[in-house]
Amino acid sequence: MNSSILRYNNTAMALHWLVALLIFAAFPLGVYMHDLPLSPTKLQYYSYHKWIGITILLLVITRVVWRFTHTPPPLPASTPRWEVVVSHITHLALYGLLLAIPLSGWLMSSAKGFQTVWFGVLPLPDLVEKNKELGQLLATVHQGLNVFLFLLVGMHIAAVIKHKFIDHDQILERMLPKGMSK
Amino acid sequence: MKSLLRVVLLSSALISSFASAVEFKQVQANESTVTFGYKQMGVPMEGKFAKFTAQTSFDPAKLAKAQARIDIDLASIDTGSEEANDEVVGKPWFNAKAFPNAGFVSTGVKALGGNRYEATGKLTIKGKTLDVSAPFTFQANGTRGLFDGVFTIKRLDYNIGEGVWADVSTVANEIQIKFHLVLIAAPNKK
Ligand code: HEM
Repeated sequence: MNSSILRYNNTAMALHWLVALLIFAAFPLGVYMHDLPLSPTKLQYYSYHKWIGITILLLVITRVVWRFTHTPPPLPASTPRWEVVVSHITHLALYGLLLAIPLSGWLMSSAKGFQTVWFGVLPLPDLVEKNKELGQLLATVHQGLNVFLFLLVGMHIAAVIKHKFIDHDQILERMLPKGMSK
Repeated sequence: MKSLLRVVLLSSALISSFASAVEFKQVQANESTVTFGYKQMGVPMEGKFAKFTAQTSFDPAKLAKAQARIDIDLASIDTGSEEANDEVVGKPWFNAKAFPNAGFVSTGVKALGGNRYEATGKLTIKGKTLDVSAPFTFQANGTRGLFDGVFTIKRLDYNIGEGVWADVSTVANEIQIKFHLVLIAAPNKK
């Protein structure tokens, strides 16, 4: 039974879980750092947040490329039509947000006059000039997109829980390595 | 041969008399800038001081008499972010209430060849005075004299950024100070 599950391949799984892990780091860090009084710690956290965020951007670009060049395993034939549609929309929106959020962060940093230097080593170009109003606008955009992300990740996890504990199907296992599921 | 010598002497006398006829004295505050650069978490940052006064007299033909005095109003700092502007006037940084100004007073200027010179002097920040030397270029453009120079100080030498801020892995110790002074030549009285 177990071996008959159609799983995502290793690359897709690795990318999925790595990005998930990094979002669970970047998101709370972003919320927390924002209200800290100015201190070396705050400057460090901002940098870490930006480094993690850019890493997510690169990984998500890789995921999108993977997705365009591979066909994911088909959903079980029994999946209701509405679930297929909703899951596709959710996944598409998640990809979109995971590109738009780090991009808005990068542009916001440039507009605020703080260049992004990935891991303190690789300087990313400032795609917009320093501009206070634009910086504030992009901060609001970044924040707003994150609210959406929060909701969609919530939905995503709720769906997993539904499949696992209500439907008792093996949707979660599709994204888990063989040894990790019963 | 003799006449050639005479021409050389005459022209050099002319040049030096022309040179000593102008002394660059009046600082054009609106065209001059004092800016600084530093690294924060590996990110290059730039800032400037909006208010400073400078008294200088510079005549490339009389370097021994060259003088410069620059006073910077530290509260006029713009670090590039408001949060940081409020922070750096505070006690751990400039303590601008107790030490409102930073000052440079030259002790000498020497020629490095071409249009390059080096000013040495005393830089006082936060009650501490240390010797610094700043290479600069000088270009006379009619009656306008342009001075451009940059030198590096270590902020911890002046206790700028104490306590938690003394950690130079966040805000680097090296601060590059750049000056661009525009002076108008005043004819020499003598
Ligand atoms: C997927 C990646 C990212 C996620 C999930 C994320 C999430 C967040 C969150 C939740 C906040 C808090 C918003 C608030 O409370 O106002 C935040 C703030 C921030 N993020 Fe991101 N972020 C990401 C990528 C980036 C990137 C790549 C950069 C810059 C290169 C960046 C720069 C910032 C900055 C500077 C703030 C603070 C905004 C402010 O102080 O107003 N973020 N981020």
